Amino acid sequence: MNRAGKRRRAVLGASTSVIALGLAGGYAVAQSPRVIKVRARKFEYNPKVIEIKKGESVILELTTDDVFMGFNVPDLHVRADIVPGKISQLHLNLQQEGRIDFLCDIFCGDKHEEMQGYLMVS
Amino acid sequence: MKQRLDRRDFLKLAGLGGAVFVAGCADMGAMSSARALDDFYFVQLSDTHWGFEGPPNPDAAVTLKKAVAAVNALTKPPDFIVFTGDLTHTTDDPSERRKRMTEFKAIVADLKVGDIHFMPGEHDASLDNGQAFKEFFGETHYSFDHKGVHFIVVDNVSDPAARIGDEQLAWMEADLKRQPNDARIVVFTHRPLFDLAPKWDWATRDGDRAIELLMPYPNVTVFYGHIHQENHHMTGHIAHHSAKSLIFALPAPNSQPNRTPLAWDPAQPYKGLGFREVTANVPRAEFAITEMPVVKA
Repeated sequence: MNRAGKRRRAVLGASTSVIALGLAGGYAVAQSPRVIKVRARKFEYNPKVIEIKKGESVILELTTDDVFMGFNVPDLHVRADIVPGKISQLHLNLQQEGRIDFLCDIFCGDKHEEMQGYLMVS
Repeated sequence: MKQRLDRRDFLKLAGLGGAVFVAGCADMGAMSSARALDDFYFVQLSDTHWGFEGPPNPDAAVTLKKAVAAVNALTKPPDFIVFTGDLTHTTDDPSERRKRMTEFKAIVADLKVGDIHFMPGEHDASLDNGQAFKEFFGETHYSFDHKGVHFIVVDNVSDPAARIGDEQLAWMEADLKRQPNDARIVVFTHRPLFDLAPKWDWATRDGDRAIELLMPYPNVTVFYGHIHQENHHMTGHIAHHSAKSLIFALPAPNSQPNRTPLAWDPAQPYKGLGFREVTANVPRAEFAITEMPVVKA
């Protein structure tokens, strides 16, 4: 598990889940994170490329238009279920530039294997 | 064919035919004299994806039938045949899923060997938690014994989140406890039990728990499918061998951004596809793998 993964913490609510990453100096949640809405539907995420500034605190608000989906970022060791009718949240604060892939890890149909995207940290 | 080996005595490659000899470290003296020690072989077929249509295999309507013919043409019939999942290609339509399973079953009914073991892949089972599969092929996890080897079929696909699950793991633990420590154990499953390529969903979310249950047993080998190519990997002393597909080949793990199928080559149809023979040397806990083409050149 990488440094980010070791420091991940989870806060679970009744209808939302928040996974917060504290990086570079310990666990910290920015006061006003930017909210990025990510909609999942068979078999794509919108947006599929999520641009984030290095050190920027963001919350990914994940919803699905149709079936139960997943949002997994293997390199960060974080994931969330995306349940129809609910909002899932991932709180990220990334300190390293580059591309970080994410994918759906709940099998959702014929083109499930194509359901992926990436975070671009610059 | 050359591969980098994790352990010197693990794999010895033999010739160009793709034969892999898997050396074990069994203490022959510890084997129960009451156990049947005959050598035997079985055939593994995987990822037939019956119902798939698309450019990666313009010959999809007959590929499985040709594989059945190739198995039937083997000089000596295998003791049994195992299909390690993705028998059918997924569909959202439950009636179409059952139609594909009906057709698949009719095609493999032509296999001369009557002893066939099935297990689901995510394409068969993840959209209905294995319901249709059970109607056609029976339980999705089970164990059986054959000539001194204990075979365990692990279902890591009926849960669409790729979990084996607490209930099945408890069953597996109880099943293993009935085996002596020197048991020859073979696990059949669909997804890799270890994190081969999580970015491509080539993993089992709680596969580490299954491996933990297997670790106390010195003679364990895992055969699986899902990744449409050969791959050989060790977790400790446990060897994991993935099989080729019978529909299309996929790229090497993490070798490119996306896990898109390799293009069909009209000049070399069926390239990258095939099935395998696995010959068990039970006293030595060795399994010799021979990769076989769909159609001989």
